[in-house]
Amino acid sequence: MNDEAVPLLEARAVAKHYGPVVALRSADLSVAPGEVHALLGANGAGKSTLVKCLTGVTRPDSGTISVAGRPARARSPMHAARLGLSPVFQDPALVPDLTVAQNLRLTRSSVDAVRSQLSAMDLQVSFHELVGDLPLPILRMLDLARALTHDPQLLILDEITAALPSDLAERVFDVMRQRRESGRSVLFITHRLAEVIATCDSATILRDGQDVGTMEPKEGGESRIVEIMLGPEAAKAEAEASELDEADVPVAAAAGEADAVLEVDDLKVGAVQSISFTLRRGEILGIAALEGQGQDELFEALAGQRKADGGELRVAGEAFRPRHPYDAIRRKVVLVPPDRLLALLPQRPVRENVAAPLYNSARRWGPINMREEGKRVRRAVDALQIDMRAAKQVRRLSGGNQQKVTIARWIASGFAALLCNDPTRGIDVGTKRQVYALLRELAEDGAAILFFSSELAEFPLVCDRVLTVYGGRVTAEVAGAAADEATLLQAMHGLQLDEAVA
Amino acid sequence: MPEAIERESRLRGVQRFLVDNPVVVLAGVLALLFVLTDLVNRHEVGEPFVTWNQLSTTFLVAAPLGMIAAGQTLVMLTGGVDLSVAFTATAAAFATAWQGGNGTTQGILAGLAVGLGIGLANGIGVGIFHVNPLIMTLGTSSVTFGLLSIYAGKSFEKVVPGLVATLGSDRFFDYLPANLIFWAAMAAVLILGLRYTGYGRMLYAVGDNEVAARLAGVRVWQVLVTVYALCGLFSAFGGLLLVGFTNNPDLGLATPYLLQSVAAVVIGGTSIFGGWGSYSGTIVGVLILTVLGSLLTLLNSEEWQRQVIYGGIIIVLTAIYARVSGAE
Amino acid sequence: MSATAAAPMEFRGAAPWRRALRLHGWTVAVWLVLLALVPYWRSLSEQDFKFDLSSLAIDALPLCFAAMAQAIIIISGGIDLSIGSLMAVVNVLSAREMVDMSFGKAIAFSVLLILLTMLASGFTGVVITLTRIPDIVVTLGMLFVWQGVALWIMEIPGGGVPIDYADLALGDLGTTGIPNATIAVFAALLLVWAPIRWLRPGLAIYAVGSNRNSAYLSGIGVARTRVGAYFLAGLFTGLAGLALSASSGIGDPNSGTTYTLNSVAAAVLGGVSLLGGVGGLIGVIAAAYVLTLSKIILLLRGTDPNYANVYQGALIILVVVIGGLLTRKTRS
Repeated sequence: MNDEAVPLLEARAVAKHYGPVVALRSADLSVAPGEVHALLGANGAGKSTLVKCLTGVTRPDSGTISVAGRPARARSPMHAARLGLSPVFQDPALVPDLTVAQNLRLTRSSVDAVRSQLSAMDLQVSFHELVGDLPLPILRMLDLARALTHDPQLLILDEITAALPSDLAERVFDVMRQRRESGRSVLFITHRLAEVIATCDSATILRDGQDVGTMEPKEGGESRIVEIMLGPEAAKAEAEASELDEADVPVAAAAGEADAVLEVDDLKVGAVQSISFTLRRGEILGIAALEGQGQDELFEALAGQRKADGGELRVAGEAFRPRHPYDAIRRKVVLVPPDRLLALLPQRPVRENVAAPLYNSARRWGPINMREEGKRVRRAVDALQIDMRAAKQVRRLSGGNQQKVTIARWIASGFAALLCNDPTRGIDVGTKRQVYALLRELAEDGAAILFFSSELAEFPLVCDRVLTVYGGRVTAEVAGAAADEATLLQAMHGLQLDEAVA
Repeated sequence: MPEAIERESRLRGVQRFLVDNPVVVLAGVLALLFVLTDLVNRHEVGEPFVTWNQLSTTFLVAAPLGMIAAGQTLVMLTGGVDLSVAFTATAAAFATAWQGGNGTTQGILAGLAVGLGIGLANGIGVGIFHVNPLIMTLGTSSVTFGLLSIYAGKSFEKVVPGLVATLGSDRFFDYLPANLIFWAAMAAVLILGLRYTGYGRMLYAVGDNEVAARLAGVRVWQVLVTVYALCGLFSAFGGLLLVGFTNNPDLGLATPYLLQSVAAVVIGGTSIFGGWGSYSGTIVGVLILTVLGSLLTLLNSEEWQRQVIYGGIIIVLTAIYARVSGAE
Repeated sequence: MSATAAAPMEFRGAAPWRRALRLHGWTVAVWLVLLALVPYWRSLSEQDFKFDLSSLAIDALPLCFAAMAQAIIIISGGIDLSIGSLMAVVNVLSAREMVDMSFGKAIAFSVLLILLTMLASGFTGVVITLTRIPDIVVTLGMLFVWQGVALWIMEIPGGGVPIDYADLALGDLGTTGIPNATIAVFAALLLVWAPIRWLRPGLAIYAVGSNRNSAYLSGIGVARTRVGAYFLAGLFTGLAGLALSASSGIGDPNSGTTYTLNSVAAAVLGGVSLLGGVGGLIGVIAAAYVLTLSKIILLLRGTDPNYANVYQGALIILVVVIGGLLTRKTRS
């Protein structure tokens, strides 16, 4: 990088954890004046946390941040703007019930300046509109225009293009080029590698909360970026996969003939444009996707949390239109949600948490057969090896044990199809291993499991086959054994796979 | 150093035990309060307060509050609150006295039906139409009060059925209040029911985390509608005991019990946010309030001081419980 | 890559009339309801219009102020159940102290009382933001505390206010015949709320009620703004309590009981969403008049005054249910 110049932004060893979860281990980032710098990494690598630390939304636990050589730790987003760092966040920072003009007044932005920034981008927006009435892409552009009025030394764009149609994304790229021409810098966070290669001068790549490499995207190309994103982990994962017994290695062919438990035909819901697949008895089907590609809606629709907009679902060959989680549970389609806080009763004991679905119908509101319940709960607790030492309140358990509780309840009440939406998020490696083994065991006993994970290394360990989803559609189907990270990443970014892999 | 750590961890263990079992602390507070009242009584009146007769009276006075606070406990376990309990109890008392002339059964059924009806209305508003529980129950309270003041103004023969009067005011063997027997039976049903029935589990589940309850397949509205209906029913029981005690229904019959029911539940360690607590805690809370009431009466304290004390208790205890349990 | 040859893009949300309807439709509708009630009211009443108008304005005065206070807090994302009993405190304190005061002294004392009320209400806000207990619990506790304080100050109704002081609420403005009570409401609206509403502090109140996260990212001090809303609401609560004294001419520790619920009702009926961030005070004033006028009409029709409680309770539930259904529809 530019060794001769003082970097505009210099972050050293920035670390942040939320409770027991380490979001950022130790990240360095250096952005030179006049460059467009990309910040890359898989889901959960720590990109958003780093941005939040830089812009004063959260306070880092340790590390130093300096702007133009001077220490500069922002206390709030407004303070960051005064330091010359203007962020455009992933969530729009515009208040929905106020008009655009009122929002600008709220942040003491000049209406004329914002208007001229917008017209420089060939956009016209009536400032009398309520923000809540405007479509998301326009809000992103407004946020961008507002950030530009500060003429920041460093413009930080957190996944701004994810919600933009291509013509608006082009305008953002134009802005980025103009910033570079006028000697300002841009920090660009995105999942779209093609954009990085087309627009960025250099890139820093994060993995597991650490920076693992800085490179020039134009030289290396996508494959090089993917390589760094994977790092030695990929090799390790491969080794792990081969460590497993031959018998444990998923056999995709056998599953092809088993009974279909859950059939999804042309499902449309939210960001899901059209997804079809069949989940069979005894198989674990992986869903690999970048953030916000429709996987959450897919799980919600299958679990009855959300009504599908279109398409057909069948369970065991019969039509399935769940309108409430109860409907799904009755048909033995059950969900482990991505955030365990959504599924837990934090103040209640493990036993009540595990047994909760047993009494979800008013017909079972009567006296509990305590012995029968105890037996069921114990079986589930034993199967998952839940640490019962702090069982009086689930919130006192470790994250891993809490996650086990969310799975245990379905083992206690029984299921045909288990929908696991990121079941290993934020839990330790040992527990993860246990979860993998348990899922395989369940599948061998005849369960059908749909499995999403934000950690790509898990797919070959767990799944019989993997579907990659991009833009609400299935882009590829990969056999479990062949689902290495490089292949998945390519397909998850909407890139064509080599015929041999698919 | 290690000693300090050990002491600290033992301290944490004690703290955790007390958080898990607020009833232990509360029973201690109750005992202290009895002793204090006894001392004050000896000083002011020259007689001891802790006598069989006074104990019996304490329970006799506490039982109606115990009933009304039972409904309030159930509702607060789900994270709601019912501000209509006082007028529901009064309305039930009036209904019983109004139909009392037509027979005991009819009188009692009329009272309970009124309570159940008001509770159902609350439940439908909160559970199905998602009206904020405070506003819903204040609204039904206002309607009930209006209707009551209209019908109370009309002259009709008020007959408190004998059974209700016996239940509300008689004592067996000199010291055993009839309403205590009723209260004890109800308390057993409630404490066991909350712990050992599916419905009890669902009350806690809905109050602790409504989203999680829904994800476990619970139809939350069913739980809410029934819990408010039950609360109406328990308020009606409380009203019946009250009118059995006074033998004369009037508009202000249960008015003080609204605030006291909320205070009793909060004192008893039931979280105002739902999902945590027990009826046994509430029982101790009810007794504490009753003895506190006797003490305040002895000290010639006025209504305003009680109001301030009760209001303060609600805020301070909620803050303490929130802090202690949030520290986990 | 591409040169920006694309045509300028223009974005519009809803058509302007639609937007206006959404923003102001409810307010206009409430005022129309109020106007529609007038002919019916006139057909029932045998008094002359000026007299009736004046008594309506006087009757509605405390509720107008109480509803404005409640609306400000609800807009900021909270709710205050203690408004009624805090009003009662102001009512009894003013009636006890002012009864023998000169007009000038009474005015000075009123200003002092309003300042105290603002501090009291601000204190509630501080407790809420410091302890992070929900508004509804803290203000429920404060409801009882203030009620106790009111009883402490005055056990049974009594006291009074100087006649010329009462005239501030009861009189008319010279020859125009406009009741002072109406002028007071609109003066408070224009002099206190209007300047704040359109400046940064007012926008911050809306922002915090609308979406706390966006508000924070926009650089708003969320806790500060919430406390500020309670502080400002205290001003209107103080006015409401004084209005109660001036219009009734007496202090009554139980005078505030109906105002808590009615202030919430007027706020919701006036177009303020219980979810926060939506609505204004102009509609709320109309709603307060509608609630008061409907009670007057019931009385004129010879209905038992106790039915007023029944109708109002039912009306409040109905309004909240309908309001809830409407906002859920537009938000989803």
